[in-house]
Amino acid sequence: MNWDWSAVADFMPHFWDGLLVTLRVLVIGSLISFVLGLVWALLVRVPSRWVTWPVGAVTEFVRNTPLLVQLFFLFYVLPEWGLTLSALTTGVIGIGLHYSTYTMQVYRAGIEAVPAGQWEAATALNLPLRRTWTAVILPQAIRRVVPALGNYVISMLKDTPMLMAITVLEMLGEARLFSQESFRFTEPLTVIGVAFIALSYLASLLLRALERRLVP
Amino acid sequence: MSLETLPEPEIDPERSATELIRLEQVTKRFGDHTVLDRLDFSVDAGKHVTLIGPSGSGKTTILRLLMTLAKPDEGTITVAGQRLYPAPEKQVREVRKKIGMVFQQFNLFPNMSVLRNITEAPVTVLGLDRDEAEARARELLDLVGLADKCDARPTRLSGGQQQRVAIARALAMRPQVLLLDEVTSALDPELVAGVLDLLRDIARSTDITMLCVTHEMNFARDISDQVLMFDSGRVIESGTPEKIFSDPEKDRTREFLGAVL
Repeated sequence: MNWDWSAVADFMPHFWDGLLVTLRVLVIGSLISFVLGLVWALLVRVPSRWVTWPVGAVTEFVRNTPLLVQLFFLFYVLPEWGLTLSALTTGVIGIGLHYSTYTMQVYRAGIEAVPAGQWEAATALNLPLRRTWTAVILPQAIRRVVPALGNYVISMLKDTPMLMAITVLEMLGEARLFSQESFRFTEPLTVIGVAFIALSYLASLLLRALERRLVP
Repeated sequence: MSLETLPEPEIDPERSATELIRLEQVTKRFGDHTVLDRLDFSVDAGKHVTLIGPSGSGKTTILRLLMTLAKPDEGTITVAGQRLYPAPEKQVREVRKKIGMVFQQFNLFPNMSVLRNITEAPVTVLGLDRDEAEARARELLDLVGLADKCDARPTRLSGGQQQRVAIARALAMRPQVLLLDEVTSALDPELVAGVLDLLRDIARSTDITMLCVTHEMNFARDISDQVLMFDSGRVIESGTPEKIFSDPEKDRTREFLGAVL
């Protein structure tokens, strides 16, 4: 095995393209999973079986089927129903949806961890239900779950290469394309490996900074 | 019986002038255990009533029913001539404005500053503007001796200070009734006196009706107009503090006081 710096140099322009795509998937996918997960977590608390049962069934289904299968489904089956989205959009939605079923459980645990006394104090002060959620319960619950949410972001980062399967050229996609054309495997794969480590590390640093700010 | 067909409380003109709280035939069960057994009692406006009795006798449950933190299984609750239970949610919200509560565990909102803890409900529930609410909150903090703690987080305060903030928070809603649920039980012994002194002041200087569950018998003797002795979900004896503490009629009361005094 020999290492060729010129292959690295040739790969770099493709790498930057791939990195940008990976970051877009990660950022937008995370936002989708944060928001949608919270929506699921709140919906399963609605005191009506007509809401909790379908939400429970859908999220359970999404959580317990492989992300890859979901991506294929969104990419190849939805167009047959007349809904055609770009590969990148499909991938972002797919990964965001998949991870929302995990963040949902994180939020749920965070909400349940808020002591009953907080609800009671809100009732005693006659706060409306909506205000109790937005001013009392969620700020405390979310503060508690930031570390767990952050871990899912890092997990999601490591799942972004799956989007290659639906033709999204994120980092691994770019590396593979480059390898097929240049017959160099070591350099592009090493570069993206290092990039994944660097991104994970950066994300965990960010996360720790955020935690420090949020813990009162 | 549905809510619509239930008669509005009959108002006896003789009594309605003074009566603020009325529980009729209230029963509360937890599983097979009956905590309150067809309880009747009423409290007149401005009175300070202390509930005493062994733990599990239903004292705290009464406060929780009045604060609507729990629902009775049977019976009716009326506050200031308006039905609190059973009643539609809208009416419950209206009646509940008259009632404030201070908890054993303080239950301050840890995500808000001390000042925000006090202004939150006046602004969002009573519709006070923020400046007005803050000015009142500062007055109340001054009253409870914590004027310098406005911007502190509740978790940075001692238990006694937290409880005093909780009292200020309850008073900020200008309740007619203040429910005090073992408010010193979670405090270190040296912090109890400060909180009780504050409550004595409030009892003396305001016309707020107080319902108080406590194990502090000296405090009960000082502030109460009436003491109710509970046992097994029923009031077994009631009277002035002088009567109950010095010359109780029931052996059960004597026995209980002997154990706690």
